[in-house]
Amino acid sequence: MTIPAAPLTLFEKLWRQHLIAELAGGVGLLAIDRIFLHERTGSIALKSLHESARSVRDPARVFCTMDHIVDTIPGRGDDTRMPGGKAFITETRSAALAAGIRLFDVQDPDQGIVHVISPELGIALPGATIVCPDSHTCTQGALGAFAWGIGSTEAEHALATGTLRVQKPNSMRVSFTGVLGPGVSSKDLSLALIARHGSVGGNGFAVEFAGAAVRALDMEARLTLCNMATEFSAMTGFVAVDEVTIDYLRGRRYAPQAVAFDAAAAAWRDLKSDLGARFDAEIEIDVTGLAPMVTWGTSPQHAVQVTASVPDEANSGTTLQSYQRALEYMGVTAGTVLQDLPIDAAFIGSCTNSRVSDLRRAASILRGRQVAPGVRAICVPGSMTVKRQAEAEGLDQVFRDAGFEWRESGCSMCFFSGGESFGKRERVVSSTNRNFESRQGPETRTHIASPETVAASAIAGHLADVRLLAPMRPGRG
Amino acid sequence: MQAFTSITAVAAPLLRDNIDTDIIIPSREMKSVSKTGLADGLFAGWRYREIGGRDPNPEFVLNQPAYAGTAILLGGGNFGCGSSREHAVWALAEFGIRAVLAPSFAPIFQGNCVRNGIAPVKLPADVIAGIAGNVARNPAGNQLTVDLRSMRVSLADGQHWSFAMGDEQREMLLEGLDAIDLTWKWRVPIENFLAADRKARPWIYLDNSVR
Repeated sequence: MTIPAAPLTLFEKLWRQHLIAELAGGVGLLAIDRIFLHERTGSIALKSLHESARSVRDPARVFCTMDHIVDTIPGRGDDTRMPGGKAFITETRSAALAAGIRLFDVQDPDQGIVHVISPELGIALPGATIVCPDSHTCTQGALGAFAWGIGSTEAEHALATGTLRVQKPNSMRVSFTGVLGPGVSSKDLSLALIARHGSVGGNGFAVEFAGAAVRALDMEARLTLCNMATEFSAMTGFVAVDEVTIDYLRGRRYAPQAVAFDAAAAAWRDLKSDLGARFDAEIEIDVTGLAPMVTWGTSPQHAVQVTASVPDEANSGTTLQSYQRALEYMGVTAGTVLQDLPIDAAFIGSCTNSRVSDLRRAASILRGRQVAPGVRAICVPGSMTVKRQAEAEGLDQVFRDAGFEWRESGCSMCFFSGGESFGKRERVVSSTNRNFESRQGPETRTHIASPETVAASAIAGHLADVRLLAPMRPGRG
Repeated sequence: MQAFTSITAVAAPLLRDNIDTDIIIPSREMKSVSKTGLADGLFAGWRYREIGGRDPNPEFVLNQPAYAGTAILLGGGNFGCGSSREHAVWALAEFGIRAVLAPSFAPIFQGNCVRNGIAPVKLPADVIAGIAGNVARNPAGNQLTVDLRSMRVSLADGQHWSFAMGDEQREMLLEGLDAIDLTWKWRVPIENFLAADRKARPWIYLDNSVR
């Protein structure tokens, strides 16, 4: 008689597949399958590695992009609005060239935000360990990958050895049950989770996103969901492989091709938690009836339904000192109705929400309408591939006709690097991931929301409920 | 890397939750491809009167004479959340910070601390608030000791608290170890793993034929 194997979580399978050796205190030496770098934090890792007379162990599995500092204004080159930014670009270029790694350079047709182009090109694969000195690397877990952000020193370790020493996290399953209503998308799921369970709710965990509402998401929506696992303080977030995953990857450039793809897909289909697998923690959220979410404060956990008002301290889920500072910074008070807040700017972009499906949903709201007078509106596609696809569908014209700027791809004004920014105390509704103090510019007040909520707010001139705005005519998306 | 065994120093309170790495060092203060020259940018948004300026804001704790020589920070929950930028830790280290006490740390920040000789010490929020209150009465006279050998935090008046830390992180800090050198001791198991894995998951291994 054979003893049946104990059911395993997806996380346990990913961990075991990469475990080279058990080290002291629950630390594993893990094999790293993919390393991605960018000019902001990857440049220093390559430089430091070079200075310590070490080399990149397997350059064919290391990639680099220019996304953080590079300008997104049409006609861009190596010069940047950020003072001194050019040095980051030129030093990254020469270091990547010397190391023999594939660089998606400023003028490359595949250039874009790391967490947009890695899935888009099939560099991220199911079951792969993927690291990048960037906190939003967890985005790529949507493909059933084990992907997490690291520091630059850890990146050096991964580059030199092809491994990392990793403290094993506990496992958590977050199940989203029910059905998403119209105008509600995966960004709202992330914000609802963090609002309910706090910005440290996932601390010490690797989080599997599961449930009927997640299975129903397309791959781009899953990337958005996993993107904000870091805002939940989780090590990473991921989604089990299903046919959505397999179909998404077929034919992508760095994915296996033809017969090799079918062999890989057969293995990938096992990348799910076994029935009866035990998690260290479980959360269930019924999404039926969930409204679009928007933040009122300076942490992603300061999120409420767009129809709500700013909570009082007792219901803010935060300490008194943090609460008062957030109110003061954002220029709101307890009871302020969010939809009464006039906005100065609207931003659609970032590794969270800049993929073509995001732009289609926003465009379906913007089509035939105009951005409110005095509102500066900007759309930054996540990659040059997304930009070309959007232009082929005529979405760029919809954005432009509505009064949006239409940019080249990059991280752009998701964060303030010293160049372009929104103004002091300007109120911005943004499809990005962080509403931290001065994140998008000195003293800028950021409200995070989905791209469709950003579009609706841009038209209204204040934070708005997208559900009250039906598309003017059917969009293609 | 600088080893960490024990330190006795002035501790300064920054008890707000969710102090992110943008606050610790704003992106605009990371001006070159370098791990140094960052101390002036530490907490720049709070420390100076003007964005980009260097005129000290007297209200910020690290500018107050009583907290001169601070080498320990007392933080709130989720300390170091946000961007993975190791520049936050390089800036802290260059400024002279050797330990941070907080109820919880963002995982990437915690790892970055350990790799740069800064001890991330987890203690309950009420304990840290108590320490801050005690220190505030006389910061220079009531210095804090963080001892990684005994895994204890103590005040000059004799009060003390124990804390826990993973074995690997503790050893790396105590010994000031270079992780890459440690890992190379596993060179043979690494090679064996890769040889087997290449057969099991050939799609993971790329050559430069696709660009």
